[in-house]
Formats: sequence, C-alpha cells, structure tokens
Amino acid sequence: MIKQLDKVSVRERIARRAEKEIESGYYVNLGIGMPTMVANYIQEGKQVVLQSENGLLGIGKSPLETEVDPDLINAGKETVTAQAGASYFSNAESFAMIRGEHLNLAILGGMEVSEAGDLANWMIPGKMIKGMGGAMDIVHGAKKIVVIMDHVNKHNEPKILKKCSLPLTGEQVVNRIITDRAVMDVEENELVLVEVAEGWTVEEVIASTEAELKISDYLQTGAY
Amino acid sequence: MKTIYTSFEDAVKNIQDGSTIMVGGFGLVGIPENLILALVNSQVKHLTVISNNCGVDDWGLGLLLKNKQIDKMIGSYVGENKEFERQVLAGELEVELTPQGTLAERIRAGGAGIPAFYTPAGVGTPIADGGEVRIFDNKEYLLQTALKADFSLIRAAVGDYAGNLVYNKTARNFNPMMAAAGKVTIAEVEQLVETGSIDPDHVHTPGIYVQGLIEGKQEKRIERLTVRQGM
Repeated sequence: MIKQLDKVSVRERIARRAEKEIESGYYVNLGIGMPTMVANYIQEGKQVVLQSENGLLGIGKSPLETEVDPDLINAGKETVTAQAGASYFSNAESFAMIRGEHLNLAILGGMEVSEAGDLANWMIPGKMIKGMGGAMDIVHGAKKIVVIMDHVNKHNEPKILKKCSLPLTGEQVVNRIITDRAVMDVEENELVLVEVAEGWTVEEVIASTEAELKISDYLQTGAY
Repeated sequence: MKTIYTSFEDAVKNIQDGSTIMVGGFGLVGIPENLILALVNSQVKHLTVISNNCGVDDWGLGLLLKNKQIDKMIGSYVGENKEFERQVLAGELEVELTPQGTLAERIRAGGAGIPAFYTPAGVGTPIADGGEVRIFDNKEYLLQTALKADFSLIRAAVGDYAGNLVYNKTARNFNPMMAAAGKVTIAEVEQLVETGSIDPDHVHTPGIYVQGLIEGKQEKRIERLTVRQGM
C-alpha cells in the first residue's frame, strides 16, 4: 500500500514532484538535505543553472574520484564539480545575486509552515542552535520559494499550521508547499490545496493539516 | 611594500590578547590553515573571531576553540563542532549568529566605508528583536551594522609581492571582503609569484587591501567527500 512507503521513497516522491517546479532556463538555489536531492531528478533537456551560496553558479555532477578538488564544494560542504558556463564569486556577490531577486526559484526544507507562508526551519528552542546559514537571506531572494517537507512530523502531528510555534526563518515568504501528501499554494493569506498525492484523499490531507485549506477549483487528485 | 613573512609564527606575532580577527573560509574550504595553527601555538587569548563557521573539532578554528582562545564568535553556522556546543552551554563562549548573506555584507560594508545597511533577511525572526526595522517600497528591512577587524587572516591560491590575490574556485568565499575589512590583512598563499606575473585583469583582490603575505602548503581537508561512480 502506498501509504506505507519507506522513508527513502517518500523523499524521492517529494523530490520528483519538486523537480516539476523547475523550468528550463531557470537559475535555482537548492537548500541543504532533501532539496539537494532534487538535482538528481532534473529531466534531461531542461537547461538549469544551480546556484550554491558559497560562490558557485552552475553546480555540476558529483566528481569522479579522480576529479575531486578540495577547493570546490557546495553549500552543504560536499565536493562537487562546475558545469560548462559556470562562474565563481565571493559570498557577498552570491547574496547580492540572491537578495537582488535574480534567482527564479529556491527550494528549501522546512520544520513548520504557516497558512500565511511563514517558514520555520532553523532552530528548536532548548536544543543547540546551529545557525541559520543562508536560509534567512534566501527566503527573501528568489522570485519563488518552494518548501518541501514531510506532511507531518515523526509524532504524526501537522507541520502545516495556522501559526508557526518555532522561531521563524522568514515571515510570509513561502509561495508553495510540497509534501508527501499534497501541494499547497499560499495565496492572499489563505492556503489553497492544489494537488493531492497518490494514495491520499482530500479528507486525509485536511485531517493532517492544522491550517485551514481552501480546495482549489482545479484540484488534482492522484497527482504524483 | 608588503611584508613577506617566512614563518607563520612571525606572521601572527602582532595579534594581541583581546583582538578581533576575521578568518576566511566556508567550512574548511579556503581557510588559512597554517595561520590558524600559528595562532594556536601563540596562545593568544580572549579573541573575538568573525568567520562563517568555526571549523570542526580537530581542524581549522576548532583548534582555537579547543584551546579556549576564543571569547566570542560571530558566524552563520556552527553546527559541525561539538566542542562549540559544549562551550556555549557552559557559558564559556559568546556567540552571535547572523544570516550568511548579512554576515558577508556586514564584512563587505566594513571594508567599503559603509557603517550600516538595511536588508530583508531576518525581519520577523528572533534576530530582529530589538533591531531597527524600516519600510522601503512597502517592504520591511532590518538595519545591520558593518564589521571590521584588527586582523584578517585569509587564504588565496596565488599572491604576488604587490599583494594582489587570486583565489581558486569556491575557496574565494569570504576571503575578498575580509581582506578589505581588516586593519591588517595577512594572506596565506599557496604560491607567491613575482610582481607582474598576475594579469591585472585576473586579480580578484587588489594588493591595496593586503599588508602581509606568506607562502604555505595546506592539507585541504575535505568535510564531505561526495563522488560519483563511473568512467
């Protein structure tokens, strides 16, 4: 049964759906973790330039063992290569590019998202604070911000809320949420359910979402 | 004339207890490895360190941390270091977390004569608490002040005797802004070349920002080796 998808398949499902947000010709920043996986599913024929906030526009494939350059990493500190047409620059230039809204899309992970599009993804009070990295800048940069995450947390509690309980990364910054169960758009401070994933019903999605969901007139079920 | 050091010990000898230092690098990439090691050996204390990360437990700035030489750390992500966590929880280390783009721009501003600037990053988040928010074109922005340092320790791939620097790939990161924001900037270079042998069109950091240089060999440790299989 589809609901029993293991963790790996859930992540793959989300990553594959998120890939559809990327259009040919886009400049895209992918966050650390699951968002980085989206790169593995970019369809052939799409020309996409991936930005890494540590100063690389045009991330290539992972290097072959013989190609590894310790001076060439992505923002997750993994060794990478640069694709043809790539460029290197400083972090100041990198974030000027981000804040200046030159990127078409950023795909980020999330702990909580509110119905107003607030995002919390950097700290849990009481736990060690590791830092926000570039997330607080990126949410204000790209023209479209897509958050990908599990629909509920490991205690089966909703992560899409009326109001975030965790400290925010940004206020009213998220445009679209993609989970293992559904795709939702933040519109004029209401959350619109636009797609339901295979194996889930509209009722189940509503029941596992704390925020109020408006059903789109163009709702697709079994969408991915 | 630039000071060309022949020992790393000499290169850091003017750094006093209580100094504010900027250290280039993103993760372990582009860090001035040998200058950091020399600082550890110098036993200088009560440092305020401005750097995106704080190394790992046994390398980079993590070594300074382990040796309890840092009083305050300003950075954007410190999650790779267990000793860091221990010192923060024990109240031995003060930490100021700032969004990465804000950190880069604060340093850039510091070297560029801009005392402060507004940025959207952090509005509506805990880092805006007590801060000054102003609206421009119907959007809120947070005031951030510039950062400067007594010393900037940076790394480049190539430097010439005039102080001009060229970086390699993503080892550039915070190094160029820090070069300008340090009252005294010491560059650890992989290769020191004759003045005139770098094409002026290829200079990343003009020599005016650099006061001292030293050639050294780096280990270039890799934090997350990721490779693909194939031919």
